[in-house]
Amino acid sequence: MALKTEPFILNVGPQHPSTHGVFRMRVTLDGEVVVDVEPVIGYLHRGIEKLAESRTYTQVIPLTDRLDYLASMTNNFGYVLAVEKLAGIKVPERAEHLRVIMAELMRISSHLMAVGFFLNDLGAMMTPVLYMWREREKIMDLFEMVCGQRLTYNYMRVGGVSHDIPEEFLPALGRFVGEMPRFIDEYEQLLSQNEILLARTKGVGILPRATAINIAASGPVLRASGVKWDIRKADPYSIYERFDFEVPVGMAGDCYDRYWVRIQEMRQSVRIIEQAVNQLPRGEICIKLPKPFRLPSGEVYGHIEAPKGELGFYLVSDNSIAPYRFHVRPPTLINLTALRDMVVGWKIADLIVIFGSIDVCLGEIDR
Amino acid sequence: MTLLEQFQDWLGAISPDWVAYVIAGVVGIVVILGFVLTLVIVFIWYERRLLGRFQIRLGPNRLGPEGIFQPIATAVKILLKEDIIPERADKFVHWLAPIVVFTPVLMVFAVVPFGKGVILADLNVGVLYIVAISSVSAVGIYMAGWGSNNKYALIAAMRTVAQIVSYELPVVLSILGVVLMAGSLSLTKIVDAQNLPFIVMQPLGFLIFFLGALAEMNRCPFDLLEADSEIVAGYHTEYSGMKFAMFYLGEYGHALAYACIITALFLGGWRGPVLPPFLWFVVKVIAIFSLIVWLRATLPRLRVDQLMAFAWKGLFPMALVNLLVVAIEVLWLVELLPWVVVVVNIALAGILILAWSRLFVLGKGRVEV
Repeated sequence: MALKTEPFILNVGPQHPSTHGVFRMRVTLDGEVVVDVEPVIGYLHRGIEKLAESRTYTQVIPLTDRLDYLASMTNNFGYVLAVEKLAGIKVPERAEHLRVIMAELMRISSHLMAVGFFLNDLGAMMTPVLYMWREREKIMDLFEMVCGQRLTYNYMRVGGVSHDIPEEFLPALGRFVGEMPRFIDEYEQLLSQNEILLARTKGVGILPRATAINIAASGPVLRASGVKWDIRKADPYSIYERFDFEVPVGMAGDCYDRYWVRIQEMRQSVRIIEQAVNQLPRGEICIKLPKPFRLPSGEVYGHIEAPKGELGFYLVSDNSIAPYRFHVRPPTLINLTALRDMVVGWKIADLIVIFGSIDVCLGEIDR
Repeated sequence: MTLLEQFQDWLGAISPDWVAYVIAGVVGIVVILGFVLTLVIVFIWYERRLLGRFQIRLGPNRLGPEGIFQPIATAVKILLKEDIIPERADKFVHWLAPIVVFTPVLMVFAVVPFGKGVILADLNVGVLYIVAISSVSAVGIYMAGWGSNNKYALIAAMRTVAQIVSYELPVVLSILGVVLMAGSLSLTKIVDAQNLPFIVMQPLGFLIFFLGALAEMNRCPFDLLEADSEIVAGYHTEYSGMKFAMFYLGEYGHALAYACIITALFLGGWRGPVLPPFLWFVVKVIAIFSLIVWLRATLPRLRVDQLMAFAWKGLFPMALVNLLVVAIEVLWLVELLPWVVVVVNIALAGILILAWSRLFVLGKGRVEV
């Protein structure tokens, strides 16, 4: 006897334990199987792009903190790079090094959160998250030392950085860099060979190489699909061409590879920080800007490799003290467009895991 | 003769028989209920503290010494909450579900032997009674899911039926091994038969029963019914206040009940050297419960199809093999050479688990890189 069944619609979010903020998915289900998924975004829209148009170039920096609030330093970095590109400003050497150190610390912190919450989505009751937070806490302490803030740093300036590092910073950073590889080993030991984790992630939510390129995915999501594309290597900005590091690349493009790529990137970030600390020169940390600071007329697109992918800032200037147009290319919004391709045909549990493996941040998607 | 029967005889000497029967019954029930509910509250505290240690944090430690009164504060908080019934809910089913879930959990304790003669009712079909009663909870969970008129709850309810029905089979088959060896369905007799604890005699049976029990009490890694990262709170999404507390207590009561049953069936119950019997029982129960909490703190969750595959392709055939081997051993070996049985069964468990881990891979369609 054939029973008559029909698909039903389930609203996942905006209030749901694992939507990483206020994301909403209108999921069509056939029993447990996902037939269709329609993302609904905009619950965290604050109009940051419009707000920026009525602020001076320096006042925009704290706004960028509020984009991807798990990686504020890199947001600052991307924005000031775009402004400096249009103004043609040369940044002091010491500031360049400090920026790279902060950006890579931020990458480790963001990946720790991503991996921890990915495991949470898999059902591992908070334990991995709390172990990841143990290290993230140390990074937060380092940031607190340099700028007094733990979440929204507002640290970088056009032409440099706001504060020089205090004297206790380098010893603390040295300790962190020394012990971090051991902690990453510990994570891998606990997680990477776990049979349940392998069963849940290997071959699940495959993003084929061609699709990944077609939707302009970037960051770990793209690299897990086997594309060796890292802006730090492909279009070097700041002083990244001076450092020796590798770009880890996955093969299958499944959830496991996205997890694996993040773990490996943490190792590479530690290497970059070590080198940057060794080369750290003395000297100025910020150049004096003319007051009021005006950008020459024109437009510019500056992009960096943020922890979650290619973060781009597009600025149009009319030679006034504020940007005429300010646009952000948020990496996770673009990566999220692959969601439907990845989840259709999988089960509800996989939907959550695949969504978690993209590592989205709603502050950046909704702006 | 159990303690309760002695009490009844003593009462019978000074009052009519029916009075003695009623009073003895009521006293027994009150003592057991009081003991069990207190133990459940202590275990809630214990799990939260232990989980805190696993997760490099302290856990509740403010209220009373080492935070021992925290569960009481939690209970007061839950009692004061508004009792919300969804407008379109099936009100009667919604109201009845917590009771149907909670009552069987308490009823299981009627046949648990806490010590020699310390048992409410020494049924000669004790094991059968436990299997029958503990399955009733599944009906309650399904009622909760259906009555809430909530899609998450309904998904959880559907998963419940599949999960509990599937895991019932390996659980019962592994109990049969124990019953064969002990030659009785009474839990007291089973404990008496364990000159060597059955965990040593039948390690495979213990593993199968333990995993099956985890699934039956919805504990990690089989906690799909209330998979909070997927379906919010599962079947009790729409419950609040006292009704939620019933589910919460029921869940811990279930874990406690299974820890007691495992202790009686496989760990030799109250028997042990030096310590008084009752203390032995509690120590063993705490050991089992700690193992459950440890798993919860460590493992991610299985997916629903993997869960079913694990029951039907993994545990079920292994339980059949275990039953067959135990039956043969009971026929020829156990009386003469118990230590040979121990060696054979431990080797068998090792070989079977190794073989299954080769033959049977959880994630079908896994891409090898």
